[in-house]
Formats: sequence, C-alpha cells, structure tokens
Amino acid sequence: MTDPLLKIEGLRKSFGALEVLHGVDLALDQSRKVAIIGPSGSGKTTILRCVNYLEVPTGGHVWLDGELIGEKRVGDRFVHLSERELAPQRREMGFVFQNFYLWPHLTVLENVALGPWRVQGMARREAMDLAETMLDKVHMGHKRDEYPERLSGGQQQRVGMARALAQQPKVILFDEPTSALDPELVGEVLSVIQELAAEGRTMILVTHEIRFARDVADVVVFMDGGRIVEQGPPAAVIDDPRHERTRRFLGQLGRG
Amino acid sequence: MSLLAELQAFFAVYALKWPEWSGPMGRAVIVTLQITALAYALGLVVGLVVALGRLSRNPFLRRAAAVYVEVARGVPALVVLFLIYYGLVPLGVVLDAVPAAVIGLGLSAGGYVAEIVRAGIGATHRGQREAGASIGLTPLGVYRFILIPQAARIALPPLVGVLIAVLKDSSLASLISAPDIMLRAKDISSSDFLPLHILLVAGALYFVLALPLSAAASALERRMSRGLKSRP
Ligand SMILES: Nc1ncnc2c1ncn2[C@@H]1O[C@H](COP(=O)(O)OP(=O)(O)OP(=O)(O)O)[C@@H](O)[C@H]1O
Ligand SMILES: [Mg+2]
Repeated sequence: MTDPLLKIEGLRKSFGALEVLHGVDLALDQSRKVAIIGPSGSGKTTILRCVNYLEVPTGGHVWLDGELIGEKRVGDRFVHLSERELAPQRREMGFVFQNFYLWPHLTVLENVALGPWRVQGMARREAMDLAETMLDKVHMGHKRDEYPERLSGGQQQRVGMARALAQQPKVILFDEPTSALDPELVGEVLSVIQELAAEGRTMILVTHEIRFARDVADVVVFMDGGRIVEQGPPAAVIDDPRHERTRRFLGQLGRG
Repeated sequence: MSLLAELQAFFAVYALKWPEWSGPMGRAVIVTLQITALAYALGLVVGLVVALGRLSRNPFLRRAAAVYVEVARGVPALVVLFLIYYGLVPLGVVLDAVPAAVIGLGLSAGGYVAEIVRAGIGATHRGQREAGASIGLTPLGVYRFILIPQAARIALPPLVGVLIAVLKDSSLASLISAPDIMLRAKDISSSDFLPLHILLVAGALYFVLALPLSAAASALERRMSRGLKSRP
C-alpha cells in the first residue's frame, strides 16, 4: 500500500493555556477530497493553519508526500523549521482564505503571477502566461488588469483560488471559501471548486455548505471541541450519522 | 513720511542690493538643497533599517532599534550636529561642515522615518503577510513584495512631511558654518546692516522651496484618504 499524500498525526494546538486541538489524525490519498464540517470554534480553521504551519502545532506531525512538514529530525528529536525553511514546503500547499487576502497594491494578474515569478523563479513572461491560464480556469481572465477592490467578493475569492492554483500545489486547503460572501455569490465559487475537484485535485475543504460537501467530498469529517467525532463517506456521516453530536449539528443546520 | 512711502523705500533697497546678493544666495540655495537631499536620503536608509529592526524577532535588535528611535527623536538636531562637528574632533574625526550636517540631520531624521515606516507596515493586515507566506514567499520576500510596497503608500504623505522638516532643520547647519541660505543671510546682514531685508529673503527662499513639497504632501494625503486601495 502506498503512503497517503497528506498525513496528519496526533495534531495538537494550544493557545496559551487553552488547548483547541486535542490530537487529530487524518490521512488523505492523492486526488481525494475531504470536507471538514463542525460547529464554530471546533478547530477547523486551526487544523488547516497547522497543516501549513501558519500556526505552529504544539504537538503531532504533518507529512506531505512523505516529507515531514515544518520540522526536521535531529537525532531522535523533532526541531521546528525556520520561516525561511518553511517557504518551499508551503509552496506545495495552496491556501484559500475565508477573507481572500488578495494584495491590494497588485492587479489581479500580478496577484496570481507573484508566486510563479518570485517563488518558483519563472521568467516574468512565463509567470504571466501561467497566471492567465489559472485565471481562465476560474473564469476571471477578463478582469486580469483590475485591482482587487474593484471586484465582488465572489470574484475576489475566485482570484484567490487562481493564486493558489498558480503555486502548482500538491494539495489545496480551503478555509470556508464562501462564508464571507453574499448568498447570491456563493454559487459561482462553489462551481469553480467543483470544477477543480473534477480535475482530480487533492483538497481539504472546511465548509458550512453541507449539501456541497456531500456532492464533492469523498470523505466528510465532523469535528467538535477540537476532536474528530466521526469521519467517513458522505452517505454515512451526513445522511446516517452515528454520533448524537453529529446528528444534533446537522439537525440544527437543517432547521437554521 | 507716509506708510506707503516707507514701504516703497523699504523695497527700493532690494532693487539696489539684489544684484549683489543674488550670486551668494543662489549658491547658498544649492548648498541647502544638497544638505537636505543627502540628509533625507540617509534618513530614509537609516529609518528603513531601524524600522526592520523594530519589527525583527530578535529581541536585542528590537531593543536597540527602539533605543535609537527614542534618542534620535529626543535629542535636538542641533546637539547632534555639534556632537558630530566638534565632539568627534578629540577622537581624530574631523569632518567638513556640509558632511557633518548631512550625517547629523540624516541620523536625526532616521528616527522619525523609522516610526513612520513601522506604522505603515503595522497597518497592513496580518492576512496579507500570511497570504504571502502561504504561496511560499520567504520572510524577506513578504517584506519586499507585499509589506513594503503597501507600507510605502501609507507612509508617503508623512515621509514628505519629514522631507520638509529636514529642509527647515538644514538651517541649523549654518551654526557649524556650512555655507547654506541661513549662513549667507547672516553674513550679508552683518556686512550690509540690513538684517530685516536679507532675513526676509532667507525666509522666502525656504518657503518657496517647501511649497511644492507641502502641496505634494496634501495631494498625497487626499489620495490616501480615499482609501489605501484607490490607485490611478
Ligand atoms: N490566535 C488565537 N488565539 C487564541 N485563541 C484562538 C486563536 N485562534 C483560534 N483560537 C481559538 O481556537 C478555537 C478554534 O478556533 P477555529 O478558528 O479553529 O474554529 P473554527 O472551527 O474554524 O470556527 P469557525 O467555524 O467559527 O471558523 C476557538 O475557541 C478559538 O477561539
Ligand atoms: Mg474557521
């Protein structure tokens, strides 16, 4: 059996005295899509941020494609990498932020081309070409020369996805990509995510869109209180949850 | 004599004296501009380095940078100038007046620049930095391509303000006998016994030099207040 593409083992995270992840295990094969659902404050964002070390975990390990992320082994100890050492590892993981975080001083095209140009070391022209290809993928090619503040939230988020794609990442981490959007803009973003899923990209998607999670994900993970309560195929977790807490959460959403 | 006649007599002096004054005053303007430009350039470099020090993760660098800012802003520029021009002589460091003025004013301005740049970088959202890190930029790359360009736009109006302040403070260089506008004005006032006339000229020259800068600063300010993001 081959190793999973992404492996999370015993992940813990505390903020001061407050532990918000109590040991999370998750493994994800190439081309798989995992949806993480769960109530607010259950630690969904924190998991994603620990995977690419925007947040340094207080325990546990992450491997991507067999490579230990954010740490190196020195003898039998694990030592954290510096930010500089982390940079090439982060390049392998796209991150799509809830609030987009496009760079306001750069055009749409420059936002997407910055990584290929300055991280991957492509020639400028080549980076721009790649960026245009990625913008076309998210149906934003026509806005290439605009500045981000002239775009709707849905358009900004699609540019955010193009920026992540331009990294040519092994896995894409989505943190509630539609929850900062007006309801009428959610659809355009979800449909792009669906297209990316159909291309066979590996992704973790934190979302409150339960129906979408059921359609797109191979595995649904339900989290509560910093732990994975249950995980499995959508048909099991969403349609026929085993745990009372999952049922209650889904029930509340249904009514809400 | 009527007031009008007095005014006429007052300004008639300029017609008489200007041919004689224009040469030295013109050269003095050049010296003032040189001191200002070089001191400002030095202030920008020092300020940027100190600002990065204040934002560094190294506690020693942070501390040292903070002390620099406090000292640079707390000690009068004139004291710094005297220290560099006279104070270093016993140590064998003898500087000409103009380089001494450039260094003194530049080190002083650096403290102000540092705080402006730091505030500019602090004003960019943490998410901007994280987005940079997430695409694989190194910390240096995040500064270079994301934080500094954005901070520069926020910091631009106050930085023009510092330039105006350096221009005005450059008159202190006359006190260590750099041949600038102020020194020439004092020379002329003591040789021609026309202090009011020549000091008005000096004031007008500083004012005219600062005017386009002030206009630029308020234009920038207006543009920035339309929102960080608005852009031509
Ligand atoms: N930087 C931080 N400092 C202190 N506490 C934090 C920090 N970030 C997150 N937390 C806490 O960690 C817990 C988990 O937060 P997290 O953002 O991961 O939840 P979430 O599942 O993503 O919630 P939501 O659905 O609201 O986005 C919360 O209790 C939160 O208050
Ligand atoms: Mg969250």
